[in-house]
Amino acid sequence: MMEFFNEYMIVLIALMICIVMAIIRVVKGPTAPDRIVGLDTINTVVIVGMVVFGAAFNEIIYIDVAIVYALLSFISTLFIAKYLEGGDF
Amino acid sequence: MWFEFLIYILLAIGVFFNILGGVGLLRFPDVYTRLHAGTKCTTFGSIFITGSVILLGLKMWYLGSTDGSVLAIHTAGALVAILLTNPTGAHAIARAAHKSGVKPVGAVVDSLQDKSVKKTVKKKEEEK
Amino acid sequence: MIAFVITTIICFIIYLLLTTGSGTLGLWSIEEILLGLILSLITGFVTRNIFVKKDLRMLNPVRWIIFVWYVIGPFFVGMAKANFDVAYRVITGKINPGIVKISPDLKTDLGITLLANSITLTPGTLSVDIDEEKNDLYIHWINVKEDVLKGDSVDCKYICGNFDKWIRRIAE
Repeated sequence: MMEFFNEYMIVLIALMICIVMAIIRVVKGPTAPDRIVGLDTINTVVIVGMVVFGAAFNEIIYIDVAIVYALLSFISTLFIAKYLEGGDF
Repeated sequence: MWFEFLIYILLAIGVFFNILGGVGLLRFPDVYTRLHAGTKCTTFGSIFITGSVILLGLKMWYLGSTDGSVLAIHTAGALVAILLTNPTGAHAIARAAHKSGVKPVGAVVDSLQDKSVKKTVKKKEEEK
Repeated sequence: MIAFVITTIICFIIYLLLTTGSGTLGLWSIEEILLGLILSLITGFVTRNIFVKKDLRMLNPVRWIIFVWYVIGPFFVGMAKANFDVAYRVITGKINPGIVKISPDLKTDLGITLLANSITLTPGTLSVDIDEEKNDLYIHWINVKEDVLKGDSVDCKYICGNFDKWIRRIAE
């Protein structure tokens, strides 16, 4: 697996740049929905990053963590959106 | 050899679209257009990156390691989770943004605004 | 009863997919298969009324074959076009947005969900809200063509191409 190490590390660094751009949007965002858009993007990129990490180090368990993270982050996004919308839970 | 080359090309395409999503988040002027960038580009980039990992797993499986099957199938599961949850989350955020009063910048037409205005007028008439 | 059987079988298949490579019996070990069977029986009994409604038309395998063909064929092409469109707008910054209404005239919940998700991932459009009585969709369109804005709602072919015909074939 070591021959894939370098290439997947480059992919991880590029994904990190993407996360940094989304964090700038989260910090700057003029309204609350802007910040959630940034958070949602970060969630997707983190899932892909976990999959790439699992492939790079040949650790299968990271991919299971990625699946669970995908479902839980989806639920958190839905709840923040519901809170912004107002009304009853 | 060509198989590894294919894996690298898929990784490059995926990283390009993910970075494009990040740039779009910074450049667009309001919530809805940012959602266009943040949802479409990251989903499309994720398809290619996870696709390359699936190909890697299939190659390991073909070479006789059962870890490869776990890698391929679980990554496909993560891909299905992304494909199902990402557009639904975008829809929820857009709906919440419109209900909390964020207007689309420079909008030519806004049918939803007309609808909610009509509804509040009707409610007021009923209260009278 | 049939809802219980369908839910149990789907849970068991998912459990088997997530535990490949655990033993010598094919790809699985005998303990994993027994445990998966027990767990999916319990899950199928508890959630039998949530997962399967009265409508059983998705049991037809032809619909699933059309669905897979739709995802890897026209849907994937539309998604690729969408991304180059967004790339063009990110680089040049030309946008002309607006929220329009379409009446796709689909009846089932599954159909309207598939159409809304397809619209979100395809060129220049994002579903914002839904009218639950008439199943109308409100769409944020990034590049509004002003000559099609006649009357109350916009014709479906400008927004979603021929996706509504595919979805009518899958879900109705």
